[in-house]
Amino acid sequence: MPEKRLMTVNMGPQHPATHGVLRLLLELDGEVIVKAEPHIGYLHRGIEKLAESFTYNQALTLTDRLDYTSGLSNNLAYCLAVEKLLGIEVPKRAQYLRVLFAELQRIAAHLLWVATHALDLGAMTVLFYAFRDRETILETLELVTGARLTPSFIRVGGLAADIPDTFLPRVREFVADFPKRVDEYETLLTENIIWKKRTQGISALSGEECLDYGVTGPVLRASGVYYDVRKAYPYSSYEDFDFEIPLGRKGDVYDRYLVRLQEMRQSNRIVGQAAEKLPPGPVAAVDAPQIVPPAKEEVGRDVAALIRHFKIMEEGYRTPPGEVYASVESSKGELGFYLISDGTNKPFRMRIRPPSFVNLGALPRMIKGHMVADVVAAIGSIDIVLGEIDR
Amino acid sequence: MSEHKACELLKAQFPEAVRGVTEFRGETTVAVEKGQLKAVMRFLKESEATRYDLLVDFAGVDLGSATPRFKVAYLLHSMRFNNRLRIETRVAEGAELETVSDIWKSADWMEREVYDMFGIGFSGHPDLRRILLPDDFAGHPLRKDFPLKGLDFEKPFPVCLEEEKGNRIDA
Repeated sequence: MPEKRLMTVNMGPQHPATHGVLRLLLELDGEVIVKAEPHIGYLHRGIEKLAESFTYNQALTLTDRLDYTSGLSNNLAYCLAVEKLLGIEVPKRAQYLRVLFAELQRIAAHLLWVATHALDLGAMTVLFYAFRDRETILETLELVTGARLTPSFIRVGGLAADIPDTFLPRVREFVADFPKRVDEYETLLTENIIWKKRTQGISALSGEECLDYGVTGPVLRASGVYYDVRKAYPYSSYEDFDFEIPLGRKGDVYDRYLVRLQEMRQSNRIVGQAAEKLPPGPVAAVDAPQIVPPAKEEVGRDVAALIRHFKIMEEGYRTPPGEVYASVESSKGELGFYLISDGTNKPFRMRIRPPSFVNLGALPRMIKGHMVADVVAAIGSIDIVLGEIDR
Repeated sequence: MSEHKACELLKAQFPEAVRGVTEFRGETTVAVEKGQLKAVMRFLKESEATRYDLLVDFAGVDLGSATPRFKVAYLLHSMRFNNRLRIETRVAEGAELETVSDIWKSADWMEREVYDMFGIGFSGHPDLRRILLPDDFAGHPLRKDFPLKGLDFEKPFPVCLEEEKGNRIDA
């Protein structure tokens, strides 16, 4: 019998299917993966360290740069943590708008995912369809936030501004149209024989394995585990909305695909409800003048408001000493912020719980025993964003 | 939820391990003696009454001048009972903690990150290496005494030094 020889192949960090700068060291027996070792950190910017030298307002801008496909979800998670620390309540209108933004952002992130994931596996057409609709969302969000990638629009205490009049009609138009669009993606992929062969039975994880590896988000739910932060620990009035949590059964790449497509439909439902039920009122906490800066017109009129504006922008605000954890269900999984305050105007420690980082930890287990070509399918199915993994 | 059920159980099961319970903004934190951490964690995961099957987060904290210098916090979630519990323990500089990566595999990478950022060791960890920073990186950046701009900020790049000497290094 010939001697068994293993070959080590380096995949990444410059590889189009690694979605950024992920490097994998693959140990191969022929074309079968014996061992995989992810190397990360190429995008490390020290966000947790930087945050310790920023005031709470400034640190918000860092969160945009975590998972750069869903900036608004990151803003939301951070603001929830700071608000919990401060113990302030955000007005209902702001809460509903936050939900609306977060869900639109989730759809945009999932569209980017379905586009690139299908492209990785050789189905190029999906990209053109998905990017068309993602563009609509980004333009709609740009109308409000003024940014496509780094919004920093959700602020501690509420929102940076109210929505313009043109926003809701566009959202309603999108909501009415979107289910048909999802049907289109489904006709391209769901029953596609090549797609099924590339994804079914690939890199399956059981529910217990997922929990063991700490996997959250669509990957966990594709394995049939009912865990979604929106339902488990409702935040920002998610309990007011009627939506379902789609679950998969087999936990393979195909089920993850199905779960994400269903999630887009559910998110669309939430966006519709938020747009219909949107209550009137202020979009930032009115009873917290030391945290929420005054409106622009007020600053021009009233010297006290001007001073307050400067004070908030220059010095920030002090938070009571203590530690809190707040998390949201981002498009990738549970995104959490663990903030420790020592009573000053800067976080003593800001720990980010990145879903992609934890989910990627399960990748070696997922692809063990599969073919090299399946690695691309597995990486795509976790939906990683390196900005969040490396921080 | 002022009376956290798992808290009472822990107090009954490990009377000398529990050093204090903190409630803040509806979150419960139990401070645990370092020596009994592993036993406490195993109990929390395996006991039918608690079932903390998901290690959500693991964070290190440098308390600066305090002794013991470091604090680590484990955030647990129970699928069955749908609640969270934070367990924290203190570690002195140079001391090691026992790994919990054999209880939850997710701890593997999280402990590597804490090691990378704070230099806290974990005994029994299967593969304790730096994870985000390069292997030859000096220092542990999330320590409070690590300068924000880095240790080598003032140092010129080796390339520049060579050029100052008049050497062309791109040839």
